[in-house]
Amino acid sequence: MLISSLILGSLHAMVPITMTATGEILSERAGLVNIGLEGILLISAFTAVVGAEAYGPLAGLLVGLLTGAFIGLIHGIIAIYFRGDQTISGVGINVLGAGLVAFGLVWQWGQAGFHQVPRAVRVPAISTPWGPLSPMVIVALVLAVLTWYLMNRTNLGLKLRAVGENPAAADAAGVSVEKVRLFGAVFAGALAGLAGAFLSIDWLATITKNLSAGRGFIALATVVFSGLNPLLAIVGGLIFGFFNSLALVASTSRELTRVIPYQFLQMLPYVVTLLVVAGVIGRVRFPRASGQPYRRE
Amino acid sequence: MSQLPAEPAARPKQKAAGAGPMLRGALASLVQVVLAAGIGLAIGAIMMNATGYDWKEAYHALWIGSFGDRWGLFDTLADATPLILTGLTFGLCFRAGYFNIGAQGQMIIGALVAVAVGSSLGGVPTLVAVPLVVLAAGIAGAIWSMPAALLKVTRGVHEVISTIMFNWIAIYLSGYLVFNVMNDPRSAERTVRVAENVRMSALLPGADATSALFISVFIAVFFYWLLYHSPWGYEMRVAGFSHDALRYAGANPMRAVNVTFLLAGLASGIAGATQIIGRPPTYALYGDLSNLGNFGFDGIAVALIGRSHPLGTILAAVFFGALSTGARMMQIIAGVPLDMIRVVHGVVIVALAAPELWSILRRSISRRVASRTAPAASGPAAGKGAQQ
Repeated sequence: MLISSLILGSLHAMVPITMTATGEILSERAGLVNIGLEGILLISAFTAVVGAEAYGPLAGLLVGLLTGAFIGLIHGIIAIYFRGDQTISGVGINVLGAGLVAFGLVWQWGQAGFHQVPRAVRVPAISTPWGPLSPMVIVALVLAVLTWYLMNRTNLGLKLRAVGENPAAADAAGVSVEKVRLFGAVFAGALAGLAGAFLSIDWLATITKNLSAGRGFIALATVVFSGLNPLLAIVGGLIFGFFNSLALVASTSRELTRVIPYQFLQMLPYVVTLLVVAGVIGRVRFPRASGQPYRRE
Repeated sequence: MSQLPAEPAARPKQKAAGAGPMLRGALASLVQVVLAAGIGLAIGAIMMNATGYDWKEAYHALWIGSFGDRWGLFDTLADATPLILTGLTFGLCFRAGYFNIGAQGQMIIGALVAVAVGSSLGGVPTLVAVPLVVLAAGIAGAIWSMPAALLKVTRGVHEVISTIMFNWIAIYLSGYLVFNVMNDPRSAERTVRVAENVRMSALLPGADATSALFISVFIAVFFYWLLYHSPWGYEMRVAGFSHDALRYAGANPMRAVNVTFLLAGLASGIAGATQIIGRPPTYALYGDLSNLGNFGFDGIAVALIGRSHPLGTILAAVFFGALSTGARMMQIIAGVPLDMIRVVHGVVIVALAAPELWSILRRSISRRVASRTAPAASGPAAGKGAQQ
């Protein structure tokens, strides 16, 4: 019972991390970094609830995805065409997200900070012998595999990697650096948007102003951990998912919280993120033009 | 090579030669900042309009609440007090080329230590006790920011990830300490209150500003001196341009990281103390951290609008202090949720991310002016001239 809830919990907690990281991996392969993922998760989680309450769960997922794609597009335009600072833009998206969702909660439901998503508009779960499983778990895994295939086995993937490694050479070979990078930005935004929708109208079934709870940044850490390989983002997502779900399961155990206060259990995913990232970096190599705007000579 | 841009592409430009270009640079910078603030407020107005609020009434209330009378002004200064410090945290690191977004966590730790020290100094003369609390909180903030610096130096962990993780750890740590260790038996939702003798009283009865404001201003001036008139500051500024340059100059880039993060953490730790001993009427820390607000994250916008200059940060902190103070009045009078103002913050930051936006804008304006004054055929040529 405990084991199966831990496993199912890990799988669900993996989804937002792996999905968000997968999108960001593709974007960073093309040389574009978005640290505004946290804000995208939060904003999309909110718009997904609005969409789902109006037209049902599928519409909610779509609205979340499109919201993320739109924010990714704006970030991409700023970074690529205005040669803006990607980190500042990302931080701005995060701050914007916190404000927008807190404001939206009051505006939409007249409640500060919290809104429960009605059961009828949640993504329906698949029933398994161990308990209900969200179909989004499968979607996240499939997306990671497809993204790996796209990056390593297709023509577009070759262009993506070229643009990230040596934009000038890619440009000379006739690849539009701007367009390929913009694709990366929109792709990363869309996946983070879908992950945000999963948080609100599926897994957690609620929308709060802290719903993303640092997952955008944990996804960034997973990007690092994976060494820009989407298949390893699954592993990374599972590691963080496990500790996330362990913290949740352990916090409800009365015997355990008497020994370890639940606040310390809640810290677990963040501490593990730090440890994993600290242990992994140094062995990871990133595209040479990562984070740098491209200027045609 | 780390996974994120190690050195942000756009640095505040410092032109060396002559007062003319320098002045022009400062002016352009000022125009950019004012435009970004204007865009933020404009998008806020559009959003309020779209969601059915009266934006004119809202901004009127914002003005009344922030600068409308003496109490408004002093409440604005009360919010500016921690914002100056958290702005310094981000600004100092940004100058040196780092993205320390951990001010919120460093501020929480500072506040916790301020409660711990401030509640145990009963009977000690105020002139001794207050500096002790401030110093202790500052050191605590500095210590809290160190792991991020060390992880950066030794393991190459990007500070954006590590500082955010430490923010979350600080939030849960404070939850534990407030409810289980420092709890006031008479009031379950907050810590014990600090001793009477370390509580700063209001400069204007009925408003929130205290002499903690002078602490913030003093530290800003100290950072200014440090950055522009001391060898450490020189190293930090060089680090901001290029770590290689710093190494060639014979300095140790690792030391630059450590010193920068220490000082940045110091400022935010003290920001936490100002909210505990320098802000009536609570003089304690709430478990939900509500009396620390979002000052840590708001410091990012403050620093960017202040051009990461310590003195500019003071002015920017007054501007954002006015926004957050006025937002409360906006909520009361116009019924607009006060979080709206954080949307303005976000838009301002995003608008400032793209310095080239301004030059593109300027180019297209000068092109339009050129094509209006010159015959139509020479229009594109004039535009091309302006690009150079």
